[in-house]
Amino acid sequence: MPKDTGIGASPKRREDVRFLTGKGRYTDDINVAGQAHVVFLRSDVAHGRIKSIDTSAAEAIDGVVRVFTAKDFEGVGGIPCGWQITDRQGNPMQEPKHPILAEGKVRHVGDPIAAVVAESASIARLACEAIEVDIEALPAVVDMKAALSDGAPKVHDDLTSNLCYDWGFVEENRDAVAEAINSAAHVTTLELVNNRLVANPMEPRVAVGDFAAHDQSSTLYTTSQNPHVIRLLMGAFVLGIPEHKLRVVAPDVGGGFGTKIFHYAEEAFCTFAAKQLERAVKWTCTRSEAFMSDAHGRDHVTKIELALDADNNFTAIRTETYANMGAYLSTFAPSVPTWLHGTLMAGNYKTPLVYVNVKAVFTNTVPVDAYRGAGRPEATFQLERVIDKAARELGVDPVDLRRQNFIREFPYQTPVAVEYDTGDYDATMDKLLSMIDRDGFAARRKESESRGKLRGLGINCYIEACGIAPSNLVGQLGARAGLYESATVRVNATGGLVVMTGSHSHGQGHETSFAQVVADMIGINEDQIEIVHGDTANTPMGMGTYGSRSLAVGGSAMVRATEKIIAKAKKIAAHIMEAAEGDIELKEGRFTVAGTDKSLAWGDVTLAAYVPHNYPLTDLEPGLEETAFYDPNNFTYPAGAYACEVEVDPETGQVQVLSFAAADDFGNVVNPMIVEGQVHGGLAQGIGQALLENCAYDENGQLLSASYMDYAMPRAGDLPMFQVDHSCATPCTHNPLGVKGCGEAGAIGSPPAIVNGVLDALASGGHNVGHINMPLTPARVWAAMQG
Amino acid sequence: MHSFELVKPATIQDAVAALKSDEAQALGGGQTLLPTMKARLAQAEQLVALSGVAEMHGICVDDDGRICIGGATTHATVAREASGYPALASLAGRIGDPAVRNRGTIGGSLANNDPSACYPAGVLASNATVVTNAREIDADDFFQGMFETALDEGEIITEVKFPVPEKAAYEKFLQPASRFPLVAVFVAKFSDGVRVAVTGASGDGVFRWSEAEAALSANFSPDAVKGLGDLDADDMISDLHGDGAYRAHLVSVMTARAVKAAV
Repeated sequence: MPKDTGIGASPKRREDVRFLTGKGRYTDDINVAGQAHVVFLRSDVAHGRIKSIDTSAAEAIDGVVRVFTAKDFEGVGGIPCGWQITDRQGNPMQEPKHPILAEGKVRHVGDPIAAVVAESASIARLACEAIEVDIEALPAVVDMKAALSDGAPKVHDDLTSNLCYDWGFVEENRDAVAEAINSAAHVTTLELVNNRLVANPMEPRVAVGDFAAHDQSSTLYTTSQNPHVIRLLMGAFVLGIPEHKLRVVAPDVGGGFGTKIFHYAEEAFCTFAAKQLERAVKWTCTRSEAFMSDAHGRDHVTKIELALDADNNFTAIRTETYANMGAYLSTFAPSVPTWLHGTLMAGNYKTPLVYVNVKAVFTNTVPVDAYRGAGRPEATFQLERVIDKAARELGVDPVDLRRQNFIREFPYQTPVAVEYDTGDYDATMDKLLSMIDRDGFAARRKESESRGKLRGLGINCYIEACGIAPSNLVGQLGARAGLYESATVRVNATGGLVVMTGSHSHGQGHETSFAQVVADMIGINEDQIEIVHGDTANTPMGMGTYGSRSLAVGGSAMVRATEKIIAKAKKIAAHIMEAAEGDIELKEGRFTVAGTDKSLAWGDVTLAAYVPHNYPLTDLEPGLEETAFYDPNNFTYPAGAYACEVEVDPETGQVQVLSFAAADDFGNVVNPMIVEGQVHGGLAQGIGQALLENCAYDENGQLLSASYMDYAMPRAGDLPMFQVDHSCATPCTHNPLGVKGCGEAGAIGSPPAIVNGVLDALASGGHNVGHINMPLTPARVWAAMQG
Repeated sequence: MHSFELVKPATIQDAVAALKSDEAQALGGGQTLLPTMKARLAQAEQLVALSGVAEMHGICVDDDGRICIGGATTHATVAREASGYPALASLAGRIGDPAVRNRGTIGGSLANNDPSACYPAGVLASNATVVTNAREIDADDFFQGMFETALDEGEIITEVKFPVPEKAAYEKFLQPASRFPLVAVFVAKFSDGVRVAVTGASGDGVFRWSEAEAALSANFSPDAVKGLGDLDADDMISDLHGDGAYRAHLVSVMTARAVKAAV
């Protein structure tokens, strides 16, 4: 039965009022009295040696405050990497320095060379053009395999090669996997590319650095998904500012999709320059600049082999992946192709042996890091494509082949370290099939053929690891941070609450859904609860929002803190009503004494906490404020089954997505409307990757898709109406809400469905095409049909 | 954007006078020039906005039955009001998005002659006449390669006169990012023959496909195109969105579809 309030209800998102009426407060809306503006001069060559920089003409321009180059950053740290990978030989990855402004060399188009601080951005831009830079162009390395060949130009002269690491997982299984593949009844092999993407949040990045001379403290306002992480990385590793002298604020943020997780040079620059100049310094990224400075996503080249026995049981999987790191290591870049990818290679299937090899490679391109799904879409894409190919080769139904190999017993220990706590892959597949009328597909295909079109049906499963992550585990895996979350619940005297959470909301609707949870627990109205986030000055240590972790980890911390509040409030209520603490019940915002008609309102007790006249002062402190840190003891494992029908125009290769259905198991759901919206957004991005989006470089390292003229974003007209279902819920067994996370599922599960569907359509027209690399542009589909 | 001075003359005469200065540049709807200036790839000391020239706005029919469109007329206006030439109105109604169509002008588009623009195909296939402040230029003489036209420095397109064909259609295959034509074909059937103009496909800009014109003049049917084979891939643009062979193929497909759609 639909609820009106609390967990399971779908109230409209409270934050949307300000977003939709132009009242949001974004970083670019923040202006500090006396602020100056910075514009970065960026490299227009992919690889080159800086022979000289002459800033004198720029400095002479009226309104220029100061021009910075690398020499101004002597003694300042580089941008740190947050995750260290250990390679197959047990050695740490190669980790080059990432300076704030280029030192000696430029390593990608967009690499900042100099920064002009001026009275206005317009003056700064003009002055940038007056800087004379002499760069000796060097040959660029763009292709990953070429970058690893003997004699390839080195992106970093001080490293031994362009190889960041060569990672094997599970290394001990390497020989057993090889043996299983050699002795298999059938092996399906597939080589594929997971295309490089640009995240393109609607709001470009912005940073405002400020410095208070009176107490020598720094403040950074920034477009971040995790302000505390930025404070720690920038304060401790780059600028040497202690955390108590550094405040980081991430106010309303207009979309992140991963690319706003990372600590960027521009943030450090603004904070540094503000202190040097004793005046605020603001940077607003242009869209063109974003294309060449926001961390990109994906960019894997993979060979996958799936071994099957004579009864079509999966016996082994082996993959070899080249993962592009770009020119420098972005904050979490090394973890994406390894621990966020290799650990998901078992998928929804009971394959006993898995071996994943990943070679991470430096190239003269923009750094690559997490993008919605981060590693898990790459794993899902390989697996669900190779299974479809195997089904075609073996002449078996692709759904039957999947079902035959489904994991059915939980908890399930995979051969790739993680243990799935719960799931029901038959249930989501059954639900999906009930949504798509598979039996009617043949008739629909005929109807398409009557119009000269080829119709295809693509089906696949996915699983992801969310609720990131147990700190002790990730510590062993090379993380240089813990991945708990924190919350403080502050109850005011009159009964209203402020929840200060380390999770950050930049489109996810936390202010609505988090309030629903607390309202449900106490039995008060949601409008008595304020959710505060994004400011290190008023929230405890937080690890931020990514990896579909906010509700599972941040929400759990909030639940724990609220439980402490309720426990203390019951003590106060017991004292006032002269009853035993164990007899106090809290229901619908009232405290009652079991077996009596005594009761107190929530507000009576909160008032007593702050006006403690009748109060157990000898046993209990006044006030009502509690903090909890929650460290998950496992990942969560959302999973599901997706299907789409596509139509291909055989004359042009144009693909149209006619329908898309998603049956997800997200465990318990707090706000079904928000969950649906998250799935819609993920599907749009996944379909965008499959059909449209392509971040491409030429052989000289020039970015070919450097604007919306060439980088195709999905638009409403490219997408069908979505059918979304999340009724197959197997609640997470290890967090208090039983939630799993829903933010990335759509982007993870949809690309293989689209490609499977297009190849099915082509096959129906007699074109047996093994694979087409994404995006499946009309030109690529048409070329594949020509054979 | 570098700073500039904006003048907005009210007559063609004043606009021509303003454009005599070396620093001046004409501004139509600004759909190409302004983004280019914002990207600091172009700059001008003075922009001469043509939008204030009343006599360059609007659509009428002349004594020869030609549809005459003022050079400063927006795409949205043409889409709405050029009902005497439905294929042309349809072309205008499919340029860019509503924002582009409400600012962009026919004169601006033709003077810029982007190799992927829509209007050049409509003008060339229709055998239209480009009228300037100084002369009348036949469509066949007007387009002279990518971003090149017969216009002299400071010359303004004041009007374009379109003979109305018996049948015509414009078929456009979109480049998925820019939504400019990847390839688009305008087919116009007149009593004395068929004209076929192709945009998006060639680095030299819009061109007439003479083999298709001959075949369609003899037999105005999609099958007539199918027998021709594709154009030479080496003469076509090859980029991220499609190589020469694909574009050459699309020229054939879009031509056949335009013939089929022509009314």
